[in-house]
Order: sequence, then C-alpha cells, then structure tokens
Amino acid sequence: MSQFIQVILSGLATGSIYALAAVGFTLVWQAARTVNFAQGEFVMLPAFFVLAAMKFLHVPFSLALVLGLAFSIIALGYLFKQLIVQPLLYQQQSLNLIIATMALSLLLKESVKTFYSGQAEPFPSLFPDTSSNFFGAAVSLQDILIVISALAVVYLLTLFLDKTRTGRAMQAAAQNPNVAEILGVDVKRMTLYTFLINAALAAFASFLITPIYLAKFSSGEALGLAAFIAAIIGGFNSIRGAVAGGILLGLLDNITATYITASYRTALPLVLLIAVILLRPEGLFGKAEGRKV
Amino acid sequence: MNFFSWKCLGWVLLLAVLIIAPIGRGGYIISVLSLWLVYSIAAMGLNLTLGYAGQISLAQASFMAIGAYVSALLSMAGWPWLTTVPFSLLAAFVVGILLGYPALRVQGHYLAFVTLAFNTLVFLVLRNEDWLTGGIYGLSGMPRPNFSLFGFTLFDATQNLHFYYFILLLTVISALALWGIVRSPWGRAFKALRENPIRAESLGLDTRRITLLAFAIGSAYGGLSGAIMSPLVQFIDPASFTFAQSLRILLMVVVGGIGSFFGPFLGAAMAIILPEFMRFTDKYYLIIYALAVIIVLIFSPKGLWGMVENAGARIATWRKARATS
Repeated sequence: MSQFIQVILSGLATGSIYALAAVGFTLVWQAARTVNFAQGEFVMLPAFFVLAAMKFLHVPFSLALVLGLAFSIIALGYLFKQLIVQPLLYQQQSLNLIIATMALSLLLKESVKTFYSGQAEPFPSLFPDTSSNFFGAAVSLQDILIVISALAVVYLLTLFLDKTRTGRAMQAAAQNPNVAEILGVDVKRMTLYTFLINAALAAFASFLITPIYLAKFSSGEALGLAAFIAAIIGGFNSIRGAVAGGILLGLLDNITATYITASYRTALPLVLLIAVILLRPEGLFGKAEGRKV
Repeated sequence: MNFFSWKCLGWVLLLAVLIIAPIGRGGYIISVLSLWLVYSIAAMGLNLTLGYAGQISLAQASFMAIGAYVSALLSMAGWPWLTTVPFSLLAAFVVGILLGYPALRVQGHYLAFVTLAFNTLVFLVLRNEDWLTGGIYGLSGMPRPNFSLFGFTLFDATQNLHFYYFILLLTVISALALWGIVRSPWGRAFKALRENPIRAESLGLDTRRITLLAFAIGSAYGGLSGAIMSPLVQFIDPASFTFAQSLRILLMVVVGGIGSFFGPFLGAAMAIILPEFMRFTDKYYLIIYALAVIIVLIFSPKGLWGMVENAGARIATWRKARATS
C-alpha cells in the first residue's frame, strides 16, 4: 500500500510535467496548425541554458533560472516562430514544416551534445527534496510541490486565455483567423504570443523534470513523445484534455514500470497511442474536428 | 540531339561513373559506397510513400530491421542468401500492410507518430526477445552470398568490390522497378492522390487502397535494403534500426527532393558519402546537416534535385533565347 501511494504520487508528478509540454503542443497546433516534433528538445534545452548560465556567467541558481526562461522564450519562442515556422507555414507542402521541426530536433540535440556535454548532468532541485511520513508511506515533498505548481501554471494560463482581452483575442485568432482579422485582432501577433507561451511552458516543464531525470541531450525524445501522446489522448484541441492526458500517461508509466514489466515500460504508452489514434482519433476528451482528406 | 537522348546519355554516364568509381580504391571507400547504395534503396522506398503518396512514415528503419533480421536468421540457418531475400521482402510488405491498413485511416502528423511508435516497438522487441534476435548483442557473422554457374564463380561476394557490383545491380533493378511503378496507372494514381486527394477520389480512385499499396511497397524496399545490409555489414543489432535512423532516412528523401526520382540517391549521398569527404567537420557534421535540411526546406522545397532541375530549366531557356536572337 505504501509503495502504491509513492508510485501514484510520482506518477502524478511526472504526469503533470508531461501535461505542461502537452498544453504547449496543443496551443501551437491550434494557433498555427504546426506539429512541433522538436517539443521534447524544447523541454530538454532550457535546463542546459540554466546550467550554461551558471557555468559561464557564474550567476546564482535563481538568477540562472530567470535567464534560462528568458533565453528559452527568445530562442524557442520568437526565433523558432520567425525563422522556421513563418517561412514554411505558407508553403504548399504542409509536410515540409513538420519535417523541418524534425530536423530542428536533431540540430538541438546534436548541438547540446557537441557544445555542452554528452553526459547526463545533475541539475539542482527547485524544491526541498525531503520526504514526510504519510500513513506509513514516505511521501516526497518535491513530488507534491511539482504537481501543485504545474497545475497552478496551467490554471493561470486558462484564466489568462478566458478572462483577459489578449487571451480571448488569441483564442479567436486560433479558431478562425480570417474572421478574427476582420474584427480587428492582430492575428500574427497573437500567433507569436502562442509560440512564446509554448516556450515558457516548455522551459517550466524543463526546470521541474530535470532534477528528477538529469539533464541529458537525448532526453527530449522520450519527453516529446510523452507530450504528443498526452495531447493525442486529450484530443489535441483542448487544454483540459491535454492535462488529463498527461496525468493519465504519467500514472500509467509509473504503474507499468513498478508492477507489470520494466523492459517493456516504454511500450505501453506507444500501444496506448496507437489504440487511441486508431479507435478514437478525436482523443478521449476531445471533440471531433472535421477531418480533412 | 534531342532531350531524350541527352537523358539516356546521362544515365549511361552515371552508371559508368558508378562502375568505375570504386576500382582501385581501398576497402573502406568501397564499403562506404556500398552502404550508400543500400540506403538509397531504403530512401527510394520511403520516397514512394512520402513523395508519391504524401504520407510521412517514420518507420523505414524498422522495415530495414525486419528485412535484415529475417535474412540474417534464415541465412544463419543455412539458407543461401538469395533465397532469403524474397522472404525479407514479403515480411516487410506484409507488416507494411498490417501496420498501414489501420494506420492510414489517420494521416499527416498522426501517421508520423503511429509509425514512430511502431518503430520504437520493433526496437523494443528486437532488444528484449534475445532468444531470437540476440538482444542488444545483435547477430553477427552472416555469410556473404556466392554465385557460381557451371562451376564458374560469377560473383565472389567475399571480395568487397564484387559485392559492391552485386549491390549496384540490385539497386539498378529496384530503381527500374520503381520507375515502372511510378509510370504505371498505379503510379499516376499515387501522384493524383498527392496533388489533389479530393479530386482523385471523385474520379473513382480508391485512395485508401492506393495509399496502402504505396506504403507497403515502400516498406518492401526497406526490407530489401535491410536484407542487403545484413551480409554487407555482417553485424546487425537493434541500435542500427532506431527511430533516429528512420528520421535519418526521411531527411535523406527530403534533402534529395521529395517525389523526385534521383532525389533519394542525392540525399543518401549527402548523408553517407559527404561526411567522408568532410572529415574536418567531424563532430559538427550532424549539426551542419540538420541546418542544411532546414535551409533547403525553406529555400528549395523540392530539395537538391529541385535545384538541379531549376538550373537545368534556366540553361534551357537561356539556350532558347540565344537560338532565337
């Protein structure tokens, strides 16, 4: 029983981090019909920005976090949107943008490996790593704080999207760019905001997950896949769906690894992905979108 | 000389270069060239799926794996290599149908992720089921094929140069087969599908069946490439057929030029041969390569072959202008 509680809790913690990346994925899909295959690398990279800031600029951890966040928003948000998405979005072949993000993931991965380190680097934790006793189970305070802060960020995001003028303009631009444009919404700017928010979410996910799994150039593969699977389960068109998908995936991941099979641990989410795509392409929580041929 | 005979001359010259290129070179260069041909076959197959049928598949390496392991297991059980090839092709084709039939209901990025997931599943099975596949240690020591006719040795594939020519022959055969497919009514249907799916469907094409066929044939090319790789490298392990490998093949197709006949060869050359000449870039090569892919996509969506074609068209108009003036 005590083991079960621990497994569930760490599942919730990883799940809520997956949820952050999945929400970003969903937002970018809605705003620019862009599937970002480099999303996993977007989660891997900010931790290295922080490490680099501490190593080369000799700034304290807290300041390095701020710098890392800012740099992520500039590089993974602004530059990604302007240099890669913008020129390719309006090309005839929609495959090219997807493939460009695949190349980008390779570029980011190899750059980290070559210019920083090919080893797994330790990353300081944001939260105290103490555990307290809870009905006989050692409950990690870090896990609880991760879940709370991740969900808080998503909640603030939904508040921003629903209650502020800019947020609603962003939703309008995503739902129907032409009408939004006519009604005076600066669609281009709103799309850019979406990419900035995605980068910020990815950076936040990075700061939360790296203390657990270490900073490594190759960790993006699994993270990106997890984010995508979560988004698919959630239906790719709703934030709540992406959150639910992320948490479901995190729980499933930990439960399989502990109780069923460790060597096929990575297989279960994939089987889940294939099953959902084939049986319910609109996702477990999503609304069906009109399918384009 | 008209355009057609120029083209024929180009073919003959290209083939001549490919025949002469490895003569007198060291074993290393020959094996790089052989590997290039092997990847060209895999890329050709993916080009059918991606370029002609418009479907992103990230599972080409897993079809190579299927071909390679089927061929390796059978030939280690004592079968002559040539008899294992049809089984490699068939296995990849059938798995292609089984994966494609449900997966092609979803398209675009969904299909990309289904195939990605499939590739990872194949990798896990190869790694974990070591009673069959040798696990992480893989399989090694596959015998190379040897052909004798009336006691006269035609190909002695233990020699690298002989094996290279043999692979070249197989590449030419598979390229001609693809040429035939693309020019058949099927092939036209593939193109119709890519250019305008709704119109293709309204003209009575069974789009789903055609896409499935393109996917399965493309997979069979992957199987063939794997079957050749197994005796060429004489060592296969799960790590050679990861998702990263599939991505690499996909990028070869894109860089070379999606949907162009020669594109896959150019793309594979850029990924396999060029690094050998750019040894000075060493560890930066993959970074440069990835960057080059993005730049090519932005400035020449039709890839390197598109650039060649553009240049050709420009020369043609220039000559026409000079002839008329």
